[in-house]
Amino acid sequence: MQIVVCIKQVPDTAEVRINPETNTLIREGVPSIINPYDVHAIEAALQIREQTGGKVIVITMGPPQAEEALREAIAMGADDVRLISDRMFAGSDTWATSYTLFKAIQKIGADIILCGKQAIDGDTAQVGPNIAEYLNIPHIAYIKKIEDVTGTSMRVQRLMDDGYDVIETPLPVLLTVVKELNVPRLPSLKGKMAAKKAVIPRMTAQDIEAEEQNVGLKGSPTQVKNIFAPQAKGDRKVLEGSLEQQVDTLVAELRRLQCV
Amino acid sequence: MRIVIDAEKCTGCEACISSCPFGAIEMKDGKAVINDFCSVCKSCIDVCPAGAISEVADGDAFTPDMDLSHYKDVWIFAEQRHGKIAGVAYELLGIGRQLADERKSALCAVLFGADEHEAQELIRWGADKVYHAKDAIFDAFNDEPYSQMMIRLIEEHKPEIVLAGATAIGRSFIPRVAGRIKTGLTADCTQLQIDPESGNLMQIRPAFGGNIMATILCPNYRPQMATVRPRVMKRGEYDAVRTGEIIPVKTDGLTCRTKVLSSVCEDGTCKINLQDAEIIVSGGRGLGDPKGFELIRELAELIGGVVGSSRAAVDEGWIPYRHQVGQTGKTVCPKVYIACGISGAVQHLVGMSSSDIIIAINKNPDAPIFNVATYGIVGDLYEVLPMLIKKIKEAKG
Ligand SMILES: Cc1cc2nc3c(=O)[nH]c(=O)nc-3n(C[C@H](O)[C@H](O)[C@H](O)COP(=O)(O)OP(=O)(O)OC[C@H]3O[C@@H](n4cnc5c(N)ncnc54)[C@H](O)[C@@H]3O)c2cc1C
Ligand SMILES: Nc1ncnc2c1ncn2[C@@H]1O[C@H](COP(=O)(O)O)[C@@H](O)[C@H]1O
Repeated sequence: MQIVVCIKQVPDTAEVRINPETNTLIREGVPSIINPYDVHAIEAALQIREQTGGKVIVITMGPPQAEEALREAIAMGADDVRLISDRMFAGSDTWATSYTLFKAIQKIGADIILCGKQAIDGDTAQVGPNIAEYLNIPHIAYIKKIEDVTGTSMRVQRLMDDGYDVIETPLPVLLTVVKELNVPRLPSLKGKMAAKKAVIPRMTAQDIEAEEQNVGLKGSPTQVKNIFAPQAKGDRKVLEGSLEQQVDTLVAELRRLQCV
Repeated sequence: MRIVIDAEKCTGCEACISSCPFGAIEMKDGKAVINDFCSVCKSCIDVCPAGAISEVADGDAFTPDMDLSHYKDVWIFAEQRHGKIAGVAYELLGIGRQLADERKSALCAVLFGADEHEAQELIRWGADKVYHAKDAIFDAFNDEPYSQMMIRLIEEHKPEIVLAGATAIGRSFIPRVAGRIKTGLTADCTQLQIDPESGNLMQIRPAFGGNIMATILCPNYRPQMATVRPRVMKRGEYDAVRTGEIIPVKTDGLTCRTKVLSSVCEDGTCKINLQDAEIIVSGGRGLGDPKGFELIRELAELIGGVVGSSRAAVDEGWIPYRHQVGQTGKTVCPKVYIACGISGAVQHLVGMSSSDIIIAINKNPDAPIFNVATYGIVGDLYEVLPMLIKKIKEAKG
């Protein structure tokens, strides 16, 4: 069993703030982290390995700095990692990213591919399903529970807007996972040592045989035209008087709105 | 397109660095340089006081061999679950109608599964045509037959714009479709407009955890595809006598490797459908402990509302995820939204700020929730809520 986990290094968006005067993001001191959903994907892969045996390979596409994320994956217990990195990949949108990861996974080989539900910098949730399409394998998004894994099939629970579905799928398959799936383990001391020493193997555009016109900015159908700060609406009414008077005004207003 | 920095002009002031949402500008030897993260969003260009940053056309830019003029009409994917069309489909018809009118083209709905009556409803809500694929394979949702069918229809009819709901179903299979066709797909749009000059679809969406908005274009590929969050767009007009064409679609040759064994409606979920609620009472970390939700629930029941929450309250384990409102929860648009002990982080605001009336109860007068609140009460919710509940009971008699 070979399990490939796709992880992305992202800025911790909880820490990103906007400067109201210049309408720009304040990124100073914002740490880079493994996309939180992807940590759950790593955990799921490790648990599957514990059950069925096999190998967990964690990959990321990104600039050289993304190596740090792979070291964290090793510390958690990944058997092997790959940094998919090339200047040509710069500026990739989800289409080009999916294509690049697909080419890499094709080279590496996989029975199960795990992705996070979405990356918190873009929140698109598009890369996982798109990779599955190129590999011509089924995918199931928003997995909240893995009920059963065998060497040839899986049974999982998929979160839906009104509940969940129980689904059976043959392998190979790609799954995207939500946080309810598991509680990620902390790196062990042994893992941390291994992470420190590890040499991170890199794959370039040539290594994965990616076509130039399909990667990076060139391979990206979408373009960012501009960015701007969200506008707050401002029809604010301040309630006057004592707390009791304020509550009275509110009750009157709720009556007017026919809530009472 | 590429962003270049003229090293001669660069003064090393670093103004551009903080303007870049992608962290794509670094200092090297006292000069700013663009790194691999650059997405050509152009935010830095106007910021540079020395005028050292500009956009240059890549001489060898790749333009696909695609005749864009062959693509016309606006399509919306009309999602159904258990045979009923989801509300988001009618919202897509609302925005789709506007876009189609502007492009002087037809508005078509695509329906997989469900019956004739549901197809008819789509026409009454504004569709000119409905492509209706009726087949038992669509009864449960499986990504493969859904994407195969959609790819086939798009390749045959060549729509200019394709919209789908940013729901569990839409967000799952639409990326396969865009991937196969090779076109751009913009997730979770909150606003869609036609650029009057180019006729391109301007797709506006929050990014970086809702901290900024981005306008995305797909100028060289068709169709232009986007998913749209439920409850963000307004429905169009319902016209009970409106007529249109229902076009049956052949479904032979679809394949499916996954199998849905059962569909479980989670206890209560169907009853508390947050997105359809007219009144929502939400609690946040300010409740201090899970018991606070008893007060929230009591108020909600009293005024016929349902219970929502901030992510902080969900993360604390006080209430299940399905109650979460915001960026990573549900987008809601009720008549009345009452936020109790919620600070109003931008990720929460994007999920509820289009509510008609927002009432905020918070003991911190500087809490950002008051910026969007129609009525704000500065006070301890454990004082305000019991008083409010008592007075409403009195008013009801
Ligand atoms: C990528 C990303 C996605 C996110 N998605 C979401 C999302 O979908 N939904 C969401 O809600 N958040 C989301 N968040 C989290 C968001 O940034 C905030 O952390 C969260 O909304 C805060 O919740 P809160 O207002 O309940 O808690 P806090 O920010 O801790 O605010 C508690 C408030 O309660 C007030 N208070 C305390 N005690 C009392 C009292 N006795 N009476 C009255 N007032 C009191 C305080 O003054 C304070 O304003 C997301 C964050 C990120 C990074
Ligand atoms: N550059 C990347 N390298 C590796 N995996 C990625 C990358 N971008 C996205 N992914 C994977 O795809 C998932 C969804 O990302 P997104 O579609 O960008 O929201 C993430 O949770 C990752 O598992």
